Amino acid sequence: MKVLRDTWLVFGRYWGLFIHNPVWVVIGVVQPLLYLLLFAPLLSSIAKTPGFPSGGAYNVFVPGLLVQLGMFGAAGVGFSLIAELRMGVIERLRVTPVSRVSLLLGRALRDILSIVVQSLILIVLALPFGLSINPIGVVVVLALIALIGLLTASIAYAAALWLRSEDSYAPLIFTSSLPILLLSGVLLPLGLAPQWLRSIAALNPLSYAVDAARAVFLGHLGNPSVVKGVALMAVLSILAVILGARAFGRAVA
Amino acid sequence: MEGNAIETRGLRRVFKTRNRVVEAVAGVDMTVPKGEIFGFLGPNGAGKTTTLRMLATLLPPSGGTAMVAGCDLLKQPGQVRERIGYVGQAGGSDREIMGRTELVFQGRLYGMSLAAAKKRAADLIAMLELEVCADRKVATYSGGQKRRLDIGLGLVHDPQLLFLDEPTTGLDPQSRARVWDEVRRMHDRGTTVFLTTHYLDEADALCDRIAIIDHGKIVAVGSPEELKREVAGDLVTLSVVGNLPAAFDLLKGQPFVREATTEEGMVRLYVDRGEVAMPAILRLLDSAGLQLVTIGLQRPSLDDVFLRKTGRSLRETAA
Repeated sequence: MKVLRDTWLVFGRYWGLFIHNPVWVVIGVVQPLLYLLLFAPLLSSIAKTPGFPSGGAYNVFVPGLLVQLGMFGAAGVGFSLIAELRMGVIERLRVTPVSRVSLLLGRALRDILSIVVQSLILIVLALPFGLSINPIGVVVVLALIALIGLLTASIAYAAALWLRSEDSYAPLIFTSSLPILLLSGVLLPLGLAPQWLRSIAALNPLSYAVDAARAVFLGHLGNPSVVKGVALMAVLSILAVILGARAFGRAVA
Repeated sequence: MEGNAIETRGLRRVFKTRNRVVEAVAGVDMTVPKGEIFGFLGPNGAGKTTTLRMLATLLPPSGGTAMVAGCDLLKQPGQVRERIGYVGQAGGSDREIMGRTELVFQGRLYGMSLAAAKKRAADLIAMLELEVCADRKVATYSGGQKRRLDIGLGLVHDPQLLFLDEPTTGLDPQSRARVWDEVRRMHDRGTTVFLTTHYLDEADALCDRIAIIDHGKIVAVGSPEELKREVAGDLVTLSVVGNLPAAFDLLKGQPFVREATTEEGMVRLYVDRGEVAMPAILRLLDSAGLQLVTIGLQRPSLDDVFLRKTGRSLRETAA
């Protein structure tokens, strides 16, 4: 299969670039650690607030953190693409017979892999604080985070290919991802929110992913919200990949 | 059809900006036979790069048809990509990657096995004399080394047709000469080279044929020699001891003289081929007993051609 081979080749190129830049590797590991050490301690007192779900502070907070990692870890990937547009790299690749879908998927897989590894580190580091989860739950959650990464990265690459400049890409990414994140109940559960806020959040696809992740961490693997969240992310990811591949196909660098 | 690397009919490209429509390429018809070094000469913004990008499958044409490397550009872009190489103005190599890694990756994208791609990369590194820098990041390369690597990336799959967009812009004279040598070597191996340039000397020295493009239209096509001859012919100026009118009368009737004038004590003769006319002029004056004082030959430049065809000098517009 040409698409698989091309995707593997493109993945190899960008994974190599990532791995050879120690700064990114260190940031990738340190970031989740900072959240655990500097933010999570606030939670133990909040967990007693009425409306806060049961199951322990970490089992409520870590799922949100993972979703945030999936989204913010992928939202910035367009910056490197814009740099490549400027160097003529994308134009050079587009003149080769390489599959356009692979140009997107190979890169996105690199982003997903780094996000999944960071997520695993986060989960493992949270265990001594009192996080509890079973192995199947870990697999389901990682799959969910991978889908969020794929969704976000595909949109980010498409946006970078259309905008072609950091000056318009950066504001777009930051102004759009913040409300999406706040309206997903990532930091604190939406159960604490007033009704009007909950109604807006119901329109946000990411809130279903957060619900799914929380259900998994509370041990409710069979909960319909898990299927709902994973399926929604899968469908949106496919649409985003089509969008991103089209952007690679017609990009005018 | 057979034997042509490129054939276009009415190739057009329109860009829509917020409040107006710009026709960057306004109907280009051209034929480039296989094996030629064909140059697209014109000022910045003339439509050179837009045409090149359409032919290289990077930009869909707004109208017209084109056969590139034997395939229909519109219907078989995939096959076109297999057969062409393209080196854009920006180059195409990533500053953070080693030259050899880039070459191997590029080979793999064209379907080579890892071993074959490594072998090809090593061959290209030797051919382009990049041994000293091949295993360093591209960020450390000199301008000339980077340009040679970018050309190598375009050559990985040994394409039958190579597009070079302003291959020597921004290079020092020595690196320019190296790039010219590489282009001539590709030509010797039978590769068709299609390049754009706004340098008159580059078009003149390197290209078998050139097309002069201005405002999205081709205004002249031919070999540099033909174009120059067609426009003006060579100019022979001479002066003699004493009887200038006699020399003028003698020479103006000669079949090889297109036009003759006298000016400031000199006879000015426009001739088709100065190097053939000069010995004949010497013999004629000699046998008529007229003694030469000075004789000079001036050949027209491509800038004269450009001036005649567009009403402007390329030297002025390029500045």
